[in-house]
Amino acid sequence: MELMEGELEQIQSAVGEVLEKFDADREQLLPILQAVQGRLGYLPREAMKMVAAAVEIPEVDVYSVGTFYNQFRLSPPGKNQIKVCMGTACHMTGGNIIMDSFERRLEIEEGETTKDREFSLERVACVGCCALAPVVLVNEEVEAKVRPTRVDGILLGLGKELPKKEARPEDKAQDSAVPRDVSTQEAGDAR
Amino acid sequence: MSNNNGNNNGNKDSNNTGSNIGGKGKMVTITIDDKKYEVPEGTRLLWAALENGVYIPHLCGIEEEEKPSAGCRLCFVEIEGFLNPTTSCTQPVKEGMIVRTRSKRIDRMVKNAFELLLSNHRLNCGKCAANGSCELQKIAKERGLKLRVSRMRKLDIEAPVDDSPENFSYDPAKCVLCGRCVWVDHNVAKVGAIGLVRRGMGRKVAAFGETTLAESNCTQCGECVQACPVGALAMKK
Ligand code: SF4
Ligand code: SF4
Ligand code: FES
Ligand code: FES
Repeated sequence: MELMEGELEQIQSAVGEVLEKFDADREQLLPILQAVQGRLGYLPREAMKMVAAAVEIPEVDVYSVGTFYNQFRLSPPGKNQIKVCMGTACHMTGGNIIMDSFERRLEIEEGETTKDREFSLERVACVGCCALAPVVLVNEEVEAKVRPTRVDGILLGLGKELPKKEARPEDKAQDSAVPRDVSTQEAGDAR
Repeated sequence: MSNNNGNNNGNKDSNNTGSNIGGKGKMVTITIDDKKYEVPEGTRLLWAALENGVYIPHLCGIEEEEKPSAGCRLCFVEIEGFLNPTTSCTQPVKEGMIVRTRSKRIDRMVKNAFELLLSNHRLNCGKCAANGSCELQKIAKERGLKLRVSRMRKLDIEAPVDDSPENFSYDPAKCVLCGRCVWVDHNVAKVGAIGLVRRGMGRKVAAFGETTLAESNCTQCGECVQACPVGALAMKK
């Protein structure tokens, strides 16, 4: 995730303050990471590096812990937070199809945030209203019995601009000029 | 096919005479499968057995590691006086210990654990760099198990191969997540480039931020490749 202007400074000062409160000890790693996430809403890479240096362990060890526990997130919470329930009932009624639909529309994967930070997408376990499965929490509001066709409606309601023509992602690259530009640009960058 | 053909991924159990944790030079007598052995006190059972030519299946065990992760669940043995089978990689030998490496329930546990490991393993021995020196092949041979998944649904790991290092590559679909590479990277190479990241189906060996190894602080020393018991970390041909 690319940092926004001024974000690096913000991260550095927040992590610096957190680190002052804890012993620089490997056993404090979890509480330190929790405190960092408490301050920043997620664990930016820069923050994980700072923690690794302070605790004197390899950076990859912090990353390993950060990616293991569900409570940690590696991308910033979006302005709009979409949580797709993947509890048993929701899973059985197609929660994964709903997740796929959001992933396709937002062009991110579960656990990620869109580049403009408007939307973040994550999976949650049972949210306690299985009778309404499959359930999606949109900014903590319950959307009940969500069908794939409802996904666009939800996103439109949150101000997401969607391509006008109903196009499958594979077709899209050929159909509209915008994605084509992006892909040539990327190919150029990769050189 | 010989299991000791000098291949880079060759398993070096028999040479692993290294430090014995807690070994103070005192010897104790233990019995494995009705045979008596003199072994240094405090050695862990798995290494004591291997040292004496008794094979016990194992993937994650590291002799020098003080706190074994005991994650592969393959090294079970029965010890007299113990109610349940126990992992031999965690069990220090004691004077008079009586051990069985095979029993009905052990065979069943190993068979299940082995098939689970294979269920998301891209079996492709013919084209694998570890063919002939692979620990999975060895376990199958020693225990009469099939290198095939028959009772479970096969899952395919989609994570891409990282072939960014000059001389070796990492294929998550062949990785048994034993953690041996991570241990040598941290403790032998002393670099700290790789770790086990994520969890569940997504778990794999990776560098910080899941960049390629070439983009990471990996020095490409190749220690981890030597440590890999299967064909996941392999030298390029
Ligand atoms: S090759 Fe890289 S990852 Fe492997 S042990 Fe050496 S530094 Fe660590
Ligand atoms: S790459 Fe090899 S040594 Fe490392 S965890 Fe996977 S199987 Fe084990
Ligand atoms: S499983 Fe989704 S609300 Fe219970
Ligand atoms: S070697 Fe004992 S559990 Fe893996």
